[in-house]
Amino acid sequence: MSAQLTAPQTPAAAPAAEPAGRRPRRGTFGLASKALVNGLLAISAVYTLAPLAWLLIASSKNRKDLFSTSPYSVGEFHLLRNLSDLFGYDDGIYLRWLGNTVLYTVGGAFLTTVISVACGYAFDKYVFKGKEKLFGLVLVGILVPSTVLSLPLYLLASRTGLVNTYWAVLIPSLVNPFGVYLARVFSAGYVPGEVLEAARMDGCGEVRTFARVSLPMLAPGFVTIFLFSFTAAWNNFYSSLMMLNDQNLYPVNLGLYAWSQNTHQQPELYSLVIVGSLVAVVPLIVAFLCLQRFWRSGLTSGAVK
Amino acid sequence: MAPPLSRPLQAAPRPHRLRRGERSAVGLFVVPFFVLFTLATLVPVGYAVWMSLFEEESSGLGFGGTHRVFAGFGNYAHALTDSDFLRSFAHVAAYCAVYIPVMVGGALLIALLIDSAMARARRFFQIATFLPHAVPSVIASLIWLYLYTPGLSPITDLLGRLGAHVDFFGSGTVLLSVINISAWQWIGYNVIIFYAALQAIGRETLEAARIDGAHETRIAWSVKIPMIRPTVVLTLLFTGVGAIQLFDAPMLLQSRAITMGTSWTPTMFIYDAAFRGHDYGLAAAGALLLALVAGGLSFVVTKLGNRWKES
Repeated sequence: MSAQLTAPQTPAAAPAAEPAGRRPRRGTFGLASKALVNGLLAISAVYTLAPLAWLLIASSKNRKDLFSTSPYSVGEFHLLRNLSDLFGYDDGIYLRWLGNTVLYTVGGAFLTTVISVACGYAFDKYVFKGKEKLFGLVLVGILVPSTVLSLPLYLLASRTGLVNTYWAVLIPSLVNPFGVYLARVFSAGYVPGEVLEAARMDGCGEVRTFARVSLPMLAPGFVTIFLFSFTAAWNNFYSSLMMLNDQNLYPVNLGLYAWSQNTHQQPELYSLVIVGSLVAVVPLIVAFLCLQRFWRSGLTSGAVK
Repeated sequence: MAPPLSRPLQAAPRPHRLRRGERSAVGLFVVPFFVLFTLATLVPVGYAVWMSLFEEESSGLGFGGTHRVFAGFGNYAHALTDSDFLRSFAHVAAYCAVYIPVMVGGALLIALLIDSAMARARRFFQIATFLPHAVPSVIASLIWLYLYTPGLSPITDLLGRLGAHVDFFGSGTVLLSVINISAWQWIGYNVIIFYAALQAIGRETLEAARIDGAHETRIAWSVKIPMIRPTVVLTLLFTGVGAIQLFDAPMLLQSRAITMGTSWTPTMFIYDAAFRGHDYGLAAAGALLLALVAGGLSFVVTKLGNRWKES
């Protein structure tokens, strides 16, 4: 059954090593396979990076060049003009979308992380009634597909008058059971119980201990959970599409989607969607490059078990 | 670098009974999450179940609006006999049949290549494969939508010059076009998970295999992959559960690929039933059926996975 799961390689043979004589000599064999390995990796890197390169090049063209010049050649440099068009369009609605996005993603993810870390920390460091049952509920929560919740959340929000408000997007995004799970793992790994005992001896209250002693120790875990919540919020297109009708409340991705739906009637929107995508993606890529080590630690502790 | 968290859920050395002051602290730490969890997960699930049992019925000549009547399992029966709904599952099944092997096999292959003793510039390749994951899915879909659009796209341009005219929005190709978008966005994520697991394998084990004369492909197949089986199973689970919720990419392609229709995937069907058809009962039933399939799928993958892990 394992054969279906992996790309074809040498089939598992008998346990004994092959006779040495059948293997090619190290030199040529090594060189050829080195070239093969690095060649394959280079192809995969081209696959992942070329679309981003295209986005950058396409953003610097005016609309005429966009359709007429060769897609990978740089036309007349038009990036600044495109940027001013982008921010000027419809009274600067794009800037507003950026602001909304920061609120939904950075603000939302920050709150989510505080809530999850506090909860996971309590699960790790305290004994209380029904603890493991509650934690079981958290684990079940991880498995509930988020798209299944979107529709009932929309219906509940429309009953309570929350549809078309910031809250409709923010409140559901604050729940991150996977973050609670990760926080418990991190708390067990980073915060030794002795330190808490010492703090208690010194007469430090529990909440103060958490804020002043444990939270700094949990900082790397905090960043990791923040990153997960942040990407989840960024990718939360399904429910914001349901919850929001008012353009003024859109995050960038919903706004760009709306523009792209109108490119038939207004072809000038093509350039705006492309430049708008670039402007949204650049800070994400920069943030990602700066914070990548936290990704790894999160993925490792969450999945490599 | 973060310290390795090899034993995750071992609690602090001496967990103890709650003292005064601790009780209120635990409350303060735990209550916010569970209040929100109740409001945004438990209540919606319950509400979806409730909604799925009712039908909208227009009264009189259709002038008096609609009222809800109890329908029992009517909405479920309706969904399960709705050819659009069934077709949406068939699309996702076809999608998974290609997507999951690519995402698990392909990612594993890339991770093994980066991990192999022969790779250069490992750091660069890790970042390069992971970078698309920083792009939000709607924007990833928009980029590819344009890369599929003749006149804008370097790909169609290049293929055209070679004499091949590929229609990425055609009914035969659109499935692959969708798969490509998701794979582009997510493959690096799986690569990083696999790579991290591969890095955790003791170097002595690999050294021993090398001294025994096993070459790299053999080591990859007979030593490395068996040692990261739990990770492979978990990745399979995450990839599968993510795949059946497919929405963003087909929703965006659908505006160009008219043959797709508005309910190409189950999530699109739910959206369509609720917002175009205003049939909330049907949409809720569809959502719960989707949850059921997701649950069943995770159960099967976990069961089979556990058996494979132990074999």
